[in-house]
Amino acid sequence: MEEKREESWQPKIIAFLCNWCSYAGADLAGVSRYQYPPSIRIVRVPCSGRVSPNMILDALRSGADGVLVSGCHPGDCHYISGNFYARRRFALFKRFLEFIGIEPDRVNFTWISASEGEQFAQVAREVTERVKRLGPARKLVKEIEPCPQ
Amino acid sequence: MSNPKGSVLVVGGGISGVQAALDLADSGFYVHLVEKSPAIGGAMSQLDKTFPTNDCSACILSPKLVEAGRHLNINLLTLSEVLDLEGEPGSFKVRVRQNPRYVDPEKCIACGTCAQKCPKKVPNEFDFGLGTRKAIYLRYPQAVPLKYSIDERACIYLKKPGRCGFCKKVCPTGAINFDDRPKEFTLEVGSVILALGFRPFDPKDLEFTGYGRLKNVVTSMEFERLLSPSGPCMGHMERPSDKKEPKRIAWLQCVGSRDINKACHGYCSSVCCMYAIKQAVIAREHSKSGDIEASIFFMDMRTHGKGFEAYYNRAEKEGIRFLRARVHTVLKGRDENLIVRYVEDDGIPKEKEFDLVVLSIGLETDPSVISLSKRLGIELDADNFIKTSSFSPVSTNRDGIFVCGAFSEPKDIPQSVMEASAAASCAQERLWPSRWTETKKKSFPPERDVYAEPPRIGVFVCSCGINIAGVIDVKEVTEYAKTLPGVVFAQNNLFTCSQDTINQMAQTIKEKGLNRVVVASCTPRTHEPLFQETLREAGINKFLFEMANIRDQDSWVHQDDPEAATQKAKDLVRMAVSKVRGDEPLPYNFVPVKKRALVIGAGVAGMVASLSLADQGFPVTLIERKDRLGGHGRKFYRTWQGNPMQDYLKGLIETVTSHENIDVRFKTTLKAVSGSVGQFKSELSDGSLVEHGVAIVAIGAESFKPREGKWNFLYGKNPNVHTLLELDQRFIKKDPGLLGLNQAVFIHCVGSRVPERPYCSRVCCTHAIDQALKLKELNPDMDIFMLYRDIRTYGKREHIYEEARAKGIVFIRYDLDNLPKVREKDGRMIVEVRDPIIDEEVILHPDLLILASAVRPRDDVGELSKLFKCAMTEEGFLLEAHMKLRPVDFATDGVFLAGLCHYPKPVEETIAQAKAAASRAAIVLSRDEVPAESITAAVNPMKCTGCALCTQVCPYHAVNIDENTGKAVVDTALCKGCGACVAGCRSDAITLKNLGNEQIMAAVEAALEE
Repeated sequence: MEEKREESWQPKIIAFLCNWCSYAGADLAGVSRYQYPPSIRIVRVPCSGRVSPNMILDALRSGADGVLVSGCHPGDCHYISGNFYARRRFALFKRFLEFIGIEPDRVNFTWISASEGEQFAQVAREVTERVKRLGPARKLVKEIEPCPQ
Repeated sequence: MSNPKGSVLVVGGGISGVQAALDLADSGFYVHLVEKSPAIGGAMSQLDKTFPTNDCSACILSPKLVEAGRHLNINLLTLSEVLDLEGEPGSFKVRVRQNPRYVDPEKCIACGTCAQKCPKKVPNEFDFGLGTRKAIYLRYPQAVPLKYSIDERACIYLKKPGRCGFCKKVCPTGAINFDDRPKEFTLEVGSVILALGFRPFDPKDLEFTGYGRLKNVVTSMEFERLLSPSGPCMGHMERPSDKKEPKRIAWLQCVGSRDINKACHGYCSSVCCMYAIKQAVIAREHSKSGDIEASIFFMDMRTHGKGFEAYYNRAEKEGIRFLRARVHTVLKGRDENLIVRYVEDDGIPKEKEFDLVVLSIGLETDPSVISLSKRLGIELDADNFIKTSSFSPVSTNRDGIFVCGAFSEPKDIPQSVMEASAAASCAQERLWPSRWTETKKKSFPPERDVYAEPPRIGVFVCSCGINIAGVIDVKEVTEYAKTLPGVVFAQNNLFTCSQDTINQMAQTIKEKGLNRVVVASCTPRTHEPLFQETLREAGINKFLFEMANIRDQDSWVHQDDPEAATQKAKDLVRMAVSKVRGDEPLPYNFVPVKKRALVIGAGVAGMVASLSLADQGFPVTLIERKDRLGGHGRKFYRTWQGNPMQDYLKGLIETVTSHENIDVRFKTTLKAVSGSVGQFKSELSDGSLVEHGVAIVAIGAESFKPREGKWNFLYGKNPNVHTLLELDQRFIKKDPGLLGLNQAVFIHCVGSRVPERPYCSRVCCTHAIDQALKLKELNPDMDIFMLYRDIRTYGKREHIYEEARAKGIVFIRYDLDNLPKVREKDGRMIVEVRDPIIDEEVILHPDLLILASAVRPRDDVGELSKLFKCAMTEEGFLLEAHMKLRPVDFATDGVFLAGLCHYPKPVEETIAQAKAAASRAAIVLSRDEVPAESITAAVNPMKCTGCALCTQVCPYHAVNIDENTGKAVVDTALCKGCGACVAGCRSDAITLKNLGNEQIMAAVEAALEE
């Protein structure tokens, strides 16, 4: 595991981005050619309120080193209030993660609007850096030894 | 007369033109949208944020522009201008010239290679010359149409053929066409809407501002670009002289407005006070250190719109300084800093140093628009705005030609959008018999049933010229895709979105029997609809489709790491394939439309809306709680433009009551409502049941009666103390008691702009001044005193404020700490007030005391808002779907609002809003069925425990507990597919079609496979 912590190691980070703001922000980062590390895998969801804590745990269980959830800024939600649900949910969820021994820095929550391309690239860089510092996440991954034949 | 034409010409592609075009195209008319620049979007696309919500301007505007750009029934004519027009309403012939773009829009893929190679840099007019662009350029990054164009004044090749021509050499699609020439053609339309907008005032001749001479004096429009993330300094807010972040910023209000001396513009530009506050607030947010010192120099703070006063109060609380002073000189200080000289109430000259000065410039009409108006025979007023009347606010002097937006008066975005819809409504009132006669309709072959088939997935990997292929090894990705489970076909294309590839894709789907498709290319936000349509053309359900965004979110952001980018592209394709494998065909949901409108409230707003719909051939049920029509209009004497209200109202009532399409019900209220857009069922207090497709809420408001408390001022105690409407009634009755008066005092803001009612009532300043002028007409020698806080005669109304001062009416300012005192002595009224200019107590003895009291929401608004599940503001007015761009829609589809229940407003704005509501309603009523969301939530009753959490989190009240089964059920007509209920469900019993937990997790797991 140790060798994976080297500079070259790229964590795998799942980003749940809402369709209306943050996904568009990620697009704008591209249009403006802001560069960020190739660690992020974006999953488009209708609203940050669609993301449940279970989905984040499942992502970690499947081998993600970090998770990013991003929605519209408060008051801008396309679905009126979804981002507020998300905010409330993840404020609690962060404490739960700490309780079960997962570093809270692995799971990040942020607002990015459709016009904030640079902001998205910045968040992608920061989250990658943060997760990189923690190293690979193995706590929730069930590693089954292959059956001796 | 034969049937009118079923098409409309909209001139001007700013927000008002786009809104008018969308409204018309969505309700059965073919629209030609003429815009003189290479892209639509107008001034709004240049703004950074918008007040009072601080929404990002581009974010809220772009979807509308994209919709207009893609609309089958909007013919977008960019780079075009109207030459002349002949004919009559119902059948105009308009000659249009389209200037050359020199880029074939069919071929241009907006890759930007041309602009990269173009050697010619010129000042970018989109940034007001603060930045540069190339000779081949996009007007702005999100431009619609997203097609480059060549500026012929700058292009080296066009000026000297044979030189340069780099763009033609590098264009991967061969889109450059130097031989492009202007085209002239004639359009035949039934009606014309002018949405020609404004141009920002140029302050270069206002010597005292230093603009053009001092580097760090910028206009407010330039400052918007400095704030904008897509502007010349990428949103870092740098001042022009040294690119440093300014710490001390001053805004000077009324530059080019309310100035008959130098700027020759006597009118108020309406929007500058609010945008200055917004810029100050945003500047503080933008600043890295957050210690921006923002000062606004103003005469009257005009925050008269919905949510504006609260915004002003908040800004003041946050530390933005408001100085009531007109600046007379801006001088150069050290380090290009600026010294601002001004005088406040105390009369002592002061100086203050700033790093940056922003001039809050006003709005004026562009000279080219003035000459166009002359060519079209449209009358302008002395200020060069279109002449309109109070009762037909969007009509011009020429029948069949309508106007909207800032071309008729300076106004903000919501008001422009309202007028756009109102103008669309006016056009429809005449053209309705020709609805759907010139529109195009897309038809698709029947869909193949693929439900039982195993997945046969086709993957199309796009090179996007070199945009993707320049970084990512697309061949490797294509080969990799072939190895994924379920994939039976994979292919690499140069441009997947080009017309020939699209046709070929449809062919491949049929030939290979594909039942799922993945396109790995750009973003689904722009291209998903195009590919989904291709699936439908090939006869499979459009929801069996996914995109892998390997350009915007891969090749463009990992340009230096081709290996990792290629790996990421494979991951993204694998994710999309995993997701699409589980996708199911979804129904295209529709709701049949009951072609009737229910209008609640028969004041001016309700009657105008009813009449507009009835004139378009739709039946209307108009309910009124009282036994007569007219609402508050009955108490109103005349508009500020001098049009007598009662004559208008009488005519309106007669037309409404005798109209065959309007069923008026007196003394009737609404008891219960069920259903949704297209299919409402409403129970009325008379026991009857009305089925209707849409509803318009126009229940009006009340006037505040200060019977007690600090705003009482002897109201109800002395017979000569009136509210504005009470005095109006005396005018209506031609009360002889109003003759021979010596003195009148008006007290403004009675009950408005106070903690209990923290909003401005918008109408009272103008109304009170007009009444003062009327009293002067009756008694020319009379003394009149106006005790005010800020005079808010916005727009052209400023002229009557000017007139009032010219006629000797005296304005004395008071503030909340020094309210006027009113008492009675020996039957005479005595008013005492402190005049801040002379700093003395003034004692007045009026014969008449008029209180400009607040407009307040009705107490029963809450009940109605519950019936339609629409929201309310904190003050108790009804809340529209979006304060900026959807000013007459509720968040609940099919329900609209108009008039005072939305916010206090004068009669001309009420009429515009009522017509706008009718236009929005006509979009639904003109159709036989309306589409409903396909990706909706679905409940698994076996798992549902009936805990009802989903009913609480649903913002649309689409989930309810079935009384019989005790399980949750989703009303798919209301569901918008946000998935809040899915995330909230404790028992995993509710899912979103094609976006269920399993499917999202399939994509996540695929992403993490090694």
